[in-house]
Order: sequence, then structure tokens, then C-alpha cells
Amino acid sequence: MKLTLHIWRQRSSKEKGSFETYAVTANEHMSFLEMLDVLNQELIEAKKEPVAFEHDCREGICGACSMVINGRPHGPVKGTTTCQVHMRHYKDGDHIWIEPFRAQSFPVIRDLVVDRSSFDRIIQSGGFISVNTGQAVDANSIPIEKDQAGEAMDAASCIGCGACVAACPNGSAMLFTAAKVSHLALMPQGAIENERRVQAMVEQMDKEGFGKCSNTYACEAECPKEISVLHIARLNRSYFKSMLTSK
Amino acid sequence: MKWITKLLTSSLGQKLIMSLTGIFLILFLIVHLVGNLQLLAHDNGESFNIYAAFMSHNPFIRVISIGLYAFILLHSIQGIALWLTNRKAKGGHSSKGKVAGADWSSRNMALLGVLIFAFLCIHMGDFWVKMRFTDSLPLVNYPGHEGAVEDIFSRVHVAFQNIWIVIIYVVGVIALAFHLVHGFQSAFQTLGLNHKKYTPLIKGIGWLYAILFPLGFAILPLYHYFNL
Ligand code: HEM
Ligand code: SF4
Ligand code: FES
Repeated sequence: MKLTLHIWRQRSSKEKGSFETYAVTANEHMSFLEMLDVLNQELIEAKKEPVAFEHDCREGICGACSMVINGRPHGPVKGTTTCQVHMRHYKDGDHIWIEPFRAQSFPVIRDLVVDRSSFDRIIQSGGFISVNTGQAVDANSIPIEKDQAGEAMDAASCIGCGACVAACPNGSAMLFTAAKVSHLALMPQGAIENERRVQAMVEQMDKEGFGKCSNTYACEAECPKEISVLHIARLNRSYFKSMLTSK
Repeated sequence: MKWITKLLTSSLGQKLIMSLTGIFLILFLIVHLVGNLQLLAHDNGESFNIYAAFMSHNPFIRVISIGLYAFILLHSIQGIALWLTNRKAKGGHSSKGKVAGADWSSRNMALLGVLIFAFLCIHMGDFWVKMRFTDSLPLVNYPGHEGAVEDIFSRVHVAFQNIWIVIIYVVGVIALAFHLVHGFQSAFQTLGLNHKKYTPLIKGIGWLYAILFPLGFAILPLYHYFNL
């Protein structure tokens, strides 16, 4: 299939970017990133600058492959990262618009690559437990109810990709922060520090300049791991409770 | 007391203000509509005028209404402030296509709010200012009621003969309906109240409220305009 790509090119956060148009031939077995590899190979052979994009695992677990495809973070397939989108979802003659994640707290480094270290700083502010738990213990030595463990696991499946921020009309990082708070709060090892953690992580999230959640739920709809906004509600109530009851 | 400022200036605290003032306004609208349905009575305005006189002189209601004006202003100012910071945080839009989720109301709360605010200014200027700060309203006496009361009913009836006023009211309540379609359930999510057990109920009541109350308010000017 022959495709027309409109790709955002930007040399650095300081320079202005713009769309450039490219023609590429792909087949339906390629993944979206392989299609971009083909384009980049041609650009290199033509002695042109290849398109910078981030990728690592290419199997939907690392969260690196951030880009907005035709207005949607991680493209058109629900619950799927860009690297897992295959070209069979496109047809000959399609125009595809590819842009970086857009949010003030995710400055563009180059082309489609954005700086998501604001997420790292949110984790550093409280997304951990302070005791050394030593070696991994036997799975059943701490009894945890199955539903509870399941919910914690759902929250823990957040891969920190940032699609929630890119999808949000307010550039809010609530779904990410809520997922991180939930998966620790639902486990006995993490629950102890929840009161302090929830304040610290919200404070850091605000400091990074993310927007303020207005419950549009675009995050949940676009999240490749389908993290639920129920976690945002949990974050809200634990934050208010923590503010009212902490020392 | 530092924790209070920390709470109320945090993103979640600002949303808490929106939610609590929003829920207060939702409760207020119930009282407001039930009272104003007396505009439909064919009694020369007796029940409505006596009710209006009671509402504007009862000291308890006076205190509540000062709270109401403060909450409207707080909700509006905080809402606009959130909209401004959120626009900045978004930092540019994608050029093509649309994300999933995020229905139209949820993305246009500030626009809808400004429309409601503009409506409120016209609405209050029309009736409340005239009742409160001028003596332009004639007095009427009703047998069985002590003392004369201001005839706000006739003022309302005359105002609602003007097609433009009727249109402004209808547009105002449509904006309110869309504001509530998102706002009602959003207020509960903000408070952290979201659960498989009761959230479907909240959403259902939210839809009913967002349709029935604006409809109730729209009937009042239409009823008078068409002299039903
Ligand atoms: C009687 C009229 C009104 C009612 C019943 C009402 C109700 C609500 C409710 C329940 C919410 C949801 C709060 C939340 O998400 O936690 C809300 C949000 C909002 N309201 Fe209103 N409102 C009214 C008037 C206004 C006015 C006059 C303005 C502004 C000029 C306004 C601006 C906003 C904005 C911007 C939001 C979104 C806040 C956010 O989620 O970031 N509203 N409103
Ligand atoms: S919540 Fe979903 S969209 Fe947001 S960072 Fe985690 S996996 Fe990505
Ligand atoms: S490259 Fe790892 S999730 Fe896509």
C-alpha cells in the first residue's frame, strides 16, 4: 500500500516545528514502527535526516513509543500501544498525520520524541515504599484477597507512557499519578505510607505544570492499558482524607 | 492553618471548590424551580408574589442568598481560572482527528459556564435588581394576606411577552442543561465518589436532572409568552 505521511519535524524544543510530507510504501504485515523504519531507511539513503521517534520493547510493555496518530495517542486501536498497531488498519492511499504528544510538561526533544522526565519526578516524590523488602518472598506468605490483588495489578499495568496526558484536553497527569498511587495503596506493604505518598505525588504533579483534571475521561478511553478512572476517584478521596487527617 | 491554603490551592483542592459549589448550585436550583412553578398559577400572581415577598424578607433566606451569590462568584472565578491554567498546560493541540472519550460538554464547561453567567446577569438585572433596589414595582393587596406586596408577577409576565427575553431564557437553560450533563456526575467523581455499585445511579439521576430542571425553567417563559 502507498501512504502519504504528514510528520511533525522539529529540531529541538527551542525551534518551531512543522509538518513535512513523505510518501512511503508499506504492507499490512508491518507494525506502525516498522513502516516508520522503512521511511527512515529511505531518508538515510537519500542523505536526509531520519525522523526521530522513541521505541524500545516493541511489544507493548515499555511505554516508549509515544506519538499521536491522526489525533489519537498511540493510534486508532483501543488498548494498544503504537508498536502494536499494524498496518492492516490502513489502506492504500491513506493520509496519516503523525505528531508528538502535546503537553506543556512534555517538551519536544526532537521530532516525535518528548521529554517525559516529569513522570519520573512524580515517581521519585513518592512512588515507592521506604522499607527494604529484601528477596522476593514466597507468593502466598502475605495473604491478599484476590479482588484486591487484581485491582492492584490493574493499576500496576500502567506503563508510564504518557498517553493519558496527551489525550487530556487539560494536559492532566491524573490517570498516571492515580494508577501509581493505587497500585501501592492496595498492597499491605504500600498502604502504610499512603497518607504521605498521596500528598507528595499530587504536589509534584502540580509543580510539573500538568493541567487540572476536569473528568473528561479521555485518558481512560485512550490509555493503552485501559486504566480506569476509578483510580482517579480513589486518589481524590485519599488526598482529601490525607489532608484532613495527617499530622 | 497552612494545610487549608495548601489544600485549596492544590489542583485537587481547586476541583473540590468547583464540586462543592456546583452541588450547592444544583440543590439551589431545586428550591428555585419548585418556588417558581407558582408562576404557572392562574391567581393574578397571588401565590407567587407572596412567596417572593417571603423570600426577600425572611432573614434566614437572606443569609442563604448571600451565600448563594458568593458561591456563584466563587464557582465562576475558580472555573475560569482552571480553564486558563488548563489551556496553558495543554500547550498546543493535535492538528488532525479527535481523541476518544471527552464528550462535547466536558470539553466546553467554561464556555457553557460563561453563557450561564451572562444569562444570570440579564436575569438578575431584570427581576432581582428591580425587586431589591428600586421602587419601580407597584404594590398589591391580597385578601387574607397582611400588608401589601410588590407585584413581581406582573413584571415577569410583561417581560415574558418579549420574544427576545424568552429566547435568552431558553438559550440560558440549554447551556445549563449541557453544563449539568457533564457537571452532575463530575462533581461526584471529584469528591472521590465513583463505585460500580452506585455510579450508574448517579449518572442516571444526573441525566434526569440535566433534562428535567432546564425543561422546567424553560416552560415558565414559554407559558407566559403563549398566554397558556
Ligand atoms: C447554576 C449554575 C451552575 C451550576 C448548577 C453548575 C454546576 C457545576 C458542576 C456540578 C460542576 C462540576 C464540578 C466538578 O467537576 O467537580 C461544574 C463545573 C464547572 N463550572 Fe459550573 N455550574 C453553574 C454555573 C457556572 C458558571 C456561571 C460558570 C462560569 C462562568 C461555571 C463554570 C464551570 C467550569 C469552568 C466548570 C469545570 C471545572 C473543571 O472541572 O475544571 N459554572 N459546574
Ligand atoms: S495511565 Fe495509561 S496512558 Fe497514562 S501513563 Fe499509564 S499506561 Fe500510559
Ligand atoms: S516500544 Fe515499548 S511499548 Fe511500544
